[in-house]
Amino acid sequence: MTYELKYIPYGEQAILVEWPQRIDILILNDIVAFKSKVIHSELGNLQSLNHGYASLSISYKNENFDFSSEVKLLKEIYKSSKARKIYKRQSWKIPVCYDTHFGIDLEILSREKQLQIDDIITKHCASIYTVFFIGFLPGFLYLGGLDSALFTPRRATPRLKIKKGSVAIGGEQTGIYPMESPGGWHIIGNCPINFFDSSKSEPCFANAGDSLKFYPVSIQEYEDIKVLVDAGVYQIESEVLYD
Amino acid sequence: MIKVLNAGFYSCIQDFGRIGYQHYGVPVSGVMDKRAASVANALVGNEKRAAVMEITMSGPKLKFENNTTIAITGAIMNPSVNGKPITNNKCLSIKQGDVLSFGRLESGFRCYLAVSGGFQTQEVLGSRSMYKTITPFQSIEKQGVLKINFGIRVNEQRFSGLRVDDTYFESSDIEVLPGPEFTFLSEVQKEKLFTSKFTISKENNRMGYQLNETVANDLKQILTSPVIPGTVQLTPSGKLIILMRDCQTTGGYPRVLQLTDSGINTLAQKYTGKTINFRLKA
Repeated sequence: MTYELKYIPYGEQAILVEWPQRIDILILNDIVAFKSKVIHSELGNLQSLNHGYASLSISYKNENFDFSSEVKLLKEIYKSSKARKIYKRQSWKIPVCYDTHFGIDLEILSREKQLQIDDIITKHCASIYTVFFIGFLPGFLYLGGLDSALFTPRRATPRLKIKKGSVAIGGEQTGIYPMESPGGWHIIGNCPINFFDSSKSEPCFANAGDSLKFYPVSIQEYEDIKVLVDAGVYQIESEVLYD
Repeated sequence: MIKVLNAGFYSCIQDFGRIGYQHYGVPVSGVMDKRAASVANALVGNEKRAAVMEITMSGPKLKFENNTTIAITGAIMNPSVNGKPITNNKCLSIKQGDVLSFGRLESGFRCYLAVSGGFQTQEVLGSRSMYKTITPFQSIEKQGVLKINFGIRVNEQRFSGLRVDDTYFESSDIEVLPGPEFTFLSEVQKEKLFTSKFTISKENNRMGYQLNETVANDLKQILTSPVIPGTVQLTPSGKLIILMRDCQTTGGYPRVLQLTDSGINTLAQKYTGKTINFRLKA
């Protein structure tokens, strides 16, 4: 399936490619496939690529790049039927400790949603989430797929400090804070895994298009995983997804 | 080595930034004023992207532990070596034990110190640009030690002092291009953007500059999409935020204008209370 794309100049050396503006896994897959084709194309002056829900920015090394000729090349790349499998999608299993020691907003959420804490955890662990993109903070995954029963407006007053690893719900989204940060989401647990490691050339293990599932662990299991993570030997459980 | 005797207001090491990691949520970072940093590097014979010290508002006090060559460009902060005034835009020999200090800020806001061979602080993800949570330090700290290369690569006799056009410090013209959502603006909003004077609010730093005046805004928010340094976002309250080098990689506010690199350089030399106006690049 192909989409009617819009190509818009973005600054002096970038092009913004826009898909129909909606959150849609089919659009995400098309963006990831296009991005992969661009990376593996012979574009000589390509500098970097970044994308959101339904747009992809492509920046070039040369400031004097010619917008219309680059767009022409991109259109050819988009239409090229070389559907080589040049990227692999993975499915990650992510441990989360939902103990109220970490999940400081679980009780409030339970009252507001008229749901037992255990039901919140069950629902949060039942969904398969899709990584749409990474943004906001280094290693912060924008995940789609939250159970609508868990949708909760953001806190009226954001917290100044949210602990690294906090698993939270904000609006129609859920996410993991990869580092300490201010934030307005409701915190329901903590994940012992590092989502951002600047010493690695691929600083985040997950990529757009991957999927992710949470599973609950006790405080003791959490501490054990943390030791392995800190020692740099923890292996995140994952499977390669084949279409 | 350079020993930091005093850190000043905010000084950090920056090069031309962390390119190619934005899809991991990593900001580009890099020098705020690329033009001034490039001149500093050129004066000491460095490649223009080499790591320099970016000094904001007030300068540090630095002791050199080995001989080297330096150049200072950008904002005029009345620098001196061992108490003897020196001038910007000139290549200077430094002896072991020399102390570089700065005085009052006279014009501009950010100045750049280049040393022969470039600063050798830790490179992370292809860049030495300091950024909290990515590099071990986000700014230089008192008693800290900064690694530099030994040796002098340039004969200072070659230069008599460069005549650099610093008029952009005082210019209020910020060069822009239309942003991706520019076309959604009404004629009234466009006119307001290009005919109004805007004042820089106290919320200004390496991540972004907020402006005080508002532009009545009826645009919808956008689906979270990439943003880049220089993007001007129009928030629901009508406030304008100009993203700078340390900005996030994605955003949800309409991107109405986009500063050119020259526009970013000019804005980087301005601070709270200064007025600017947007000028569309021909």
